[in-house]
Amino acid sequence: MIFHIYTLIVYMHHYRLSAFRISSIFLFTAFFLFFGNFSMAQDGKALFQSDCASCHNPIKQVTGPALKGVTARVPDQKLLHAWIRNNAAVLASGNKYFNDLYIQFGKTPMNTFPQLTDPEIDAILKYIETYPEPGPGAKGPNNGPSSQVEESDNSLLYGILTLILAVIMLVLLQVNSNLKKLSDDKSGVPSSEPIPFYRNKVYITFLVLVLFVVGGYYVVQAAIGLGRQQNYQPEQPIFFSHKVHPGTNQISCLYCHGGAWDSKMAGVPSLNVCMNCHAAINDYKGEPLYRENGKEVDGTGEIQKLYSYTGYDPKSGKYTEPGKQIVWIKIHNLPDHVYFNHSQHIRAGKVQCQTCHGNITQMNEVKQFAELSMGWCINCHRTTKINFPDSAGNGNKFYSIYERFHQNLATGAMDSVTVENIGGTECQKCHY
Amino acid sequence: MSEKKYWKSFGELNLSESYLKDQDNEFREDLPPSDLDGKGLFDAKTPRRDFLKYLGFSTAAATLAASCEMPVRHIVPYVVKPENMVPGVADFYATTFISGGDAVSVVAKVRDGRPIKLEGNELSPLTQGGTSARVQASILDLYDTARLRYPVQMVNGTFQEVTSFEAFDKLITDSMAGQTGTIVLLTPTISSVTTKQVIADCLSKYQGSRHIQYDADSFSGMLLANEASYGKRAIPSYRFDQAKVIVSLGADFLGTWLSPIEFARQYASGRKIDEKAPGMNRHYQFESMLSLTGSNADERFSHKPSETGAVALALLAAVGGSVTAPNLSEKLKAGINKAAKDLLAHKGNALVVSGSNSVEVQTVVNAINELIGSNGTSITWDATNLTRQGIESDFTSLVADMNQGRIGALLICDVNPVYDHPESKNFIAGLAKVKTTVSFSGRLDETTELCKFVLPSPHFLERWGDAQPKTGTVSMMQPVIAPLFRTRPFEDSLLLWSGNKTSYDDFFKQYWTSKLGGHEGYEKALQDGVVQRVSATEPLGSVSTPYASGNASIVSAAASAISSMKKGGSYELVMYQQVSMGVGAQSNNPWLLELPDPITRATWDNYAMVSPNFIKEQYHIDLSDHNQSDRFESHPEREVIKIKANDHELTIPVVAVPGMPEGVFAVALGYGRQSADPKNTADYIGIAAVGAGKNVFPFATSNGKTTEWMATDVAFEKTAEEYKIAQVQVHGSYEGRTAVIKEMNLSEFVKEPEEILNDRKEELAKYGGIENFDTEGTLYPYYDKPGIHWGMQIDLNSCVGCGACVVACFAENNIAIVGKNEVVRYHDMHWMRIDRYFTGNLADPDSIQTIFQPMLCQHCDNAPCENVCPVSATNHSTEGLNQMAYNRCIGTRYCANNCPFKVRRFNWEDYMGADSFPNNQDEQGVGKLNEAVLMMNDDLTRMVLNPDVTVRSRGVMEKCSFCVQRLQDGKLRAKKESRVLTDGDVKTACQQGCPTQAIQFGNINNTQSAIVKARKDNKHRLYHVLEELHVLPNITYLAKVRNPESEEKV
Repeated sequence: MIFHIYTLIVYMHHYRLSAFRISSIFLFTAFFLFFGNFSMAQDGKALFQSDCASCHNPIKQVTGPALKGVTARVPDQKLLHAWIRNNAAVLASGNKYFNDLYIQFGKTPMNTFPQLTDPEIDAILKYIETYPEPGPGAKGPNNGPSSQVEESDNSLLYGILTLILAVIMLVLLQVNSNLKKLSDDKSGVPSSEPIPFYRNKVYITFLVLVLFVVGGYYVVQAAIGLGRQQNYQPEQPIFFSHKVHPGTNQISCLYCHGGAWDSKMAGVPSLNVCMNCHAAINDYKGEPLYRENGKEVDGTGEIQKLYSYTGYDPKSGKYTEPGKQIVWIKIHNLPDHVYFNHSQHIRAGKVQCQTCHGNITQMNEVKQFAELSMGWCINCHRTTKINFPDSAGNGNKFYSIYERFHQNLATGAMDSVTVENIGGTECQKCHY
Repeated sequence: MSEKKYWKSFGELNLSESYLKDQDNEFREDLPPSDLDGKGLFDAKTPRRDFLKYLGFSTAAATLAASCEMPVRHIVPYVVKPENMVPGVADFYATTFISGGDAVSVVAKVRDGRPIKLEGNELSPLTQGGTSARVQASILDLYDTARLRYPVQMVNGTFQEVTSFEAFDKLITDSMAGQTGTIVLLTPTISSVTTKQVIADCLSKYQGSRHIQYDADSFSGMLLANEASYGKRAIPSYRFDQAKVIVSLGADFLGTWLSPIEFARQYASGRKIDEKAPGMNRHYQFESMLSLTGSNADERFSHKPSETGAVALALLAAVGGSVTAPNLSEKLKAGINKAAKDLLAHKGNALVVSGSNSVEVQTVVNAINELIGSNGTSITWDATNLTRQGIESDFTSLVADMNQGRIGALLICDVNPVYDHPESKNFIAGLAKVKTTVSFSGRLDETTELCKFVLPSPHFLERWGDAQPKTGTVSMMQPVIAPLFRTRPFEDSLLLWSGNKTSYDDFFKQYWTSKLGGHEGYEKALQDGVVQRVSATEPLGSVSTPYASGNASIVSAAASAISSMKKGGSYELVMYQQVSMGVGAQSNNPWLLELPDPITRATWDNYAMVSPNFIKEQYHIDLSDHNQSDRFESHPEREVIKIKANDHELTIPVVAVPGMPEGVFAVALGYGRQSADPKNTADYIGIAAVGAGKNVFPFATSNGKTTEWMATDVAFEKTAEEYKIAQVQVHGSYEGRTAVIKEMNLSEFVKEPEEILNDRKEELAKYGGIENFDTEGTLYPYYDKPGIHWGMQIDLNSCVGCGACVVACFAENNIAIVGKNEVVRYHDMHWMRIDRYFTGNLADPDSIQTIFQPMLCQHCDNAPCENVCPVSATNHSTEGLNQMAYNRCIGTRYCANNCPFKVRRFNWEDYMGADSFPNNQDEQGVGKLNEAVLMMNDDLTRMVLNPDVTVRSRGVMEKCSFCVQRLQDGKLRAKKESRVLTDGDVKTACQQGCPTQAIQFGNINNTQSAIVKARKDNKHRLYHVLEELHVLPNITYLAKVRNPESEEKV
C-alpha cells in the first residue's frame, strides 16, 4: 500500500493532469481490488475462528454440522444470513430444513450473531467453501522452522588465541630472563639463582589478579542471576503447543488467558475452556510436533491426555468420570515482593503479550523469553510512552490531570510522556 | 486556646528522670551477641574468631538458603471454573457480622475464594458503613486454629469424633428417645426472622419445650423497666444526632453499649463543626471509671459504683421529678444540677441514657427522659432495638429446673454461661443432671466441653441467615466461603430433629423469596445485604409516646428502692467491657488482644484500673512527683493485689489511670478464658487466650432479678507479686515538641475562630508564610507533584478513639502480631496507633480530659526519614507518598530514629515466618516469641493475609503506606475506564473502617475533591503536627473542640 501511494506521489510530480488521472484511477482500482480480496479472505478465516470454530468445522461434524457446501444446501442467501444472525427467529418461523437440523442435533441451540454484517457473513461462507478437502495434498500453512541465523559463537576462538598469546608471552618472558642472565654473566655482574616462574612474585601477583577479576566477574554474575530463570522451559504434563493454538489456529491469547484482561494474573485456563473446542477436536492432523530434544510428539495422544484429566469420553461425547486437576509447572515467576498486574499492562498500557513473552506463537513448549529482572522492567518503563491524551482528546483521559506535562508538550519542552514521567520507576509502583 | 499541658504518661507529666533518659536514648537496644556480660570481646562466650567463623558460615548458608536452585512452582487451574470468578480479582459480598445478639451489616472482600477483609455496608441505615474493632477482627475468627473441626461426642471423659452428620443425628435421637423432661434451647438474643421461625416450628413439635435467650451483657433491667414504664418489653431507638445535650449515666455508648457503631456515627454527626456557624452537642458523663465514652465527654463527673442509682435519682429530682434527691458529694451535686439545667434548657433536644442493668435505675432514667421531652425526639419507638432480648429470670429459672432434674435435653447455641454467668457453679451442677446436652458452639468453650454432644456451627461467613437488629431493618447473610470444617448450622439440626426434611438453606430461600416478592427481590436483598421495612418483620410500634401517667407510683417505688440501697464500702469494684474484648466472645483473636485499650494503652491482659491516689496511699509513690513516678511506671512490672468480693477472690495487677475515682477498681470483662482443665485451654479455647487476663464475671452482684456489673464492698490486700503489663505509648516521645495536640473550647472558638490559623501564620511568617512555606522554608529543592498528590485529613472532633481503624489496618496490610513479650519490649508493629493524651489535675479525677489522636505515617513531603537512609530504601514518590521498599531495606533503623512522629516499625523478629531460614523463630532467650505469634503463622490463619501486600521479613522497617495497594487499584480502575480519578475510587482501610468518618482521604491536586473542600471549609481548625519542622506532612488534623458548660472548669 505504501508503495502505491508512493508511486502516486511520484506520478503527481512527473505527469500532466490527464495522465495522472488515468493512472491514479487505474492504481486505485487495482489497489481496492487487491485489498478487497485480501480483506475478505482474511476476515473470513479470522471470523470463523473467533465466532464459529468452537462448534463448527468446515469438513467435519462436531457440535454443529460440517459447514462445507452449506451454500448449496441452503441456496436462499437471505435465509442463510438470517439463520446465522438469529437462528431462533428462523426456527420460530417454522422453516422445515432448519427445524429438522435442530432436532437432528439434539435441540442444541446455536449462538446468535446479530453483530455480523452481510459482507462478514459472506466472507465466512467464502472461507468455508474454499476450505480444502481433506486428502493427502491438504496441508496447513507452512510454518517451517524459523530461519533465524544462528549467531556464530567466537568465544572459543578468542579463548584459544588468548591462551596461545599467554603461552608465547610466558615463553618470551622466560627467554628474556635467560638472556638477561646470560648477559649479566657475560658482563660479570653477579646474579642470583634464577627463580622458577611458579615462584616468581610477578607471575603470582598477575595470576591472582586475573583469577580475582575473572572469578569476581562470574561470582557477581551468578549472584545477580540468583532467582532468575530466563529461558526456563520445563516439560509440562501435557504437551500443549502454543505454536498450534495461537500460532497455526490463531486463537486469541485472551480466549484462554482471559484473566490478563481483568486481573493481575493472566491465569491458566480451566479445563472447561479447553473442552470448549476439544469436545469436538479430538485428533491432531497438523504438521508433526517435536520436543526440544527432537522427540516427536503424538498430538492426538496429548489430546487424549486432556480427556483423561477431564474424564471425557470422546466416543459417547459425555463426561464419564470426575475431572482431575492438571498440575502445570509455572514458568514465569516473580518474587513475592513484586506486584505485577497483567491488566494494567495490556489495558492501561496497551502492551502486546509478545513484548514480554516473546514469539509465543512459534513456541511448541513455552520458555521464559524475558529476563524478568528489575532492570529489564525499569528499562521498559523508562522508554515506553504512555497513552497521553492529546489536544484532540485522544488517549487515556486519566492522564489529563498531568497539567505540567500538557504544558511541556505544548511548548515542546517534552516530546512525549513515558511511564517513568508519571512515576513508573518509583518503588511503590511495584513493591508494596 | 488554653495553655493545657498534655501528657501520655506520668513520666511525661513530671518530666521524670527515666522519661528524660529514654527521650535522650530512645532507641537503645542491645545488639546481638548479647552475652558479653560486660567483658571484652575476647573474653566473651563468642570471641572474635568464632564470630568470624559464624559470619563466614552464615554468609555461605544464606547463599545456599537463598537457593542457587529455583524451586519448581506449580499452577493448578480449576477443572471447571465458577462463572464470574476471576483469580486475582476480589469479589465483594454483602453479609452480616453476628456475635451474640450483635448484628452488623458488612461487605466481605473475597480474593480467590478466601474472605480476607470486612468492610461496613454503606447501605445499612444503622451503621452506614461504619465498623468496630470487633467487626474488623472477626474475619480472623474464621481462620481460628481452635475451631472445632467436626462433630464430637463425649465418651468416657474424652471427646471422640462422630464421623458423619447422620451418625450424629442418630446419637441425638437415641439419646432423646424415651426421655420425659423438657427440651430447652438456650441461645443468645436471636434477631433473625428465619431462625426464630425455625425455632418456633421446631419447639411446637415438643410439648413444653422452650427457648431461652441469654445475654452475657444482659439488658434485662432496661427491658423490664421499659415494660413497666411504657408497657412494652423492648429497647427503643436512640437518636444521639437529635440531642443537643446528652447525659450518659455510665453508658459506654461509643464503645460497647447496645449499638456503638450506630451511636458513634450519630454522636459524631452532632459534633461536626461548621466553621461558619460553629455549634455542637454537649455531652455529660457520670461514671465510676474512665470509659471510652467518658473520655470523649465535655463534662465528666466520677462517682462510686454504689452511687449509680443515687446519681440517676438526683438527676430526676433536679429536672423536676417528684422525688427527694439523695445525699451526694457537693461536687457531684453541682454537676448534676448543671446537667439538669442544660437538659431542661434543651427540652426536646436532650437525651439521658444509663448503662445500668438495674430496673430501678432504668425506671428513673425513663422518668427523666419523659420530663426532658426526649420521648418521640431523641428516643423513638417506631423501630425497636432487637439485639438484646434476654431476660435474666428466664435463665435463673432454667438453672433451677436443671438442678431439679426437670430438663431432659438442653440445646446450647453460642452462649457460654459457664464462663460468663456470675453464678456459673449452679449452671455447671445443673448441666450434669440433664440427660441430653448438645452444644452447637464453634469451639470447645467452657460450656461446650461439659456437654455430651457437640455439633459445631459454621462461622457467620460460611452460612446463610439474616438478622434484624432493629424492627424493619433486616440484614442478610450469605456464605462467602465453603465451610472450612465439618460444621452445620444449628437451624439445620432443629429442622431435622423436628422431622422437617427441608434444609435451613432452602427454608431461608423459600421464606425470603416469598416475603420479598419473588426471586428478583430475594437476589436484590442478598446483593444489597439490607432490606428495610419488609412486611415480614414484626408490626411497627407506635411512634407516639406510650409513657403512661400511672408511672408515678412505679417511679416512686424505684426511688425508694434506690434510696434504700446499701451504701458501698471504702473500696468498690466496677466491671466494664473493652472495645476490643467485650464479653470475651472473640477472646482467641490476636488482633483484638493486641489492640491497645484506648484508655490504658495496655494489651493482652486485663488489670485493675485504679486512681493515682491509690498508688500514693498504698505504695507511697506520688505519681505527680518528678522523682517518684518512675518507680511505678518506668518498667512493665505492675504491683499485684488480691481482690475479694462476693465470695470470690482474684489476684490482679493494678494500672494507675488519671480520672479514676477514689476507692474504685475497674476491671475489664471478657478475659481469663480457661478450660475446666487449664491444660486444655490452648486446644479448646485457643492458644492466644491462654494466660490472657483474669475472669471477673464471678464478681458481679445479682439482686435476684438483674445482674449489676459491680461489687460495692471490696476487700483487697497487697501481694509481693509483680506482673508485666504490656503497654504501648509509654515509649516514643515528641522530645518536648508540644504542638501535637490542638484543642479549644467551643466558646473560645466562637470568640476567636482564627486563633490556630493566626498562630500558624505567625510561626511561618518568616519562612514565606503558610502559602509559600513548602518552597521557601527549606534549602532543599521543591519537587512538584504533577498528577496526583495524596492527602489525608483527620478530624479530632469526630474521632472517638474506638480503634476500628487500627484493626482495619491490621487486616488490610498484613501487620504482624508480635505477642505480649514483644509489646513489653516496645516492638509493637501497629502502623496506625491512636495516641491518648491526658490533661488536667491528677488529684481531681473530674478535671481529667482525654484526647485521642490517630497517628500514622504523615507522608512528609520533606521527610526526615528519607534523607538518612543509606540505601534509599525509603524515598518519596511523585504522588507525595513516603515509600518504603522492604526488599531494599538493610535495617539500619536510622529512619526510625529520625522520624519525629515515631511511626516507623522495625521487624525485630521474624514475626510472620516470612524468612527462608527454617529456624528463624526459635529464639529461646530474649526475643522468644509467644505461642500466639506462631499461631498467626499457621497455614489456616495465614489464609487471612492480603495477597496484594508483601509479608515483611525480619530486619526490615515498615510503616503506613496510605494503603498504596488500594491507591494503585483505584488508579488502575480509572485508567481502564479512561477517566479521571474521583473520590470514590480510593479509600484507605482506616478511612473505610471508621464509624464516625473522622478520616478523609483523596487527591489534593484535584480542586473538586472532598478533601480539598474539607480543608478549605475547615481552615480555622486545620493544622499539621510539628509543622514548624518543615517536614511538610501530607496529613492535616482538625483541632478538637470541646463544649463544656462553663469556662471556670477548664
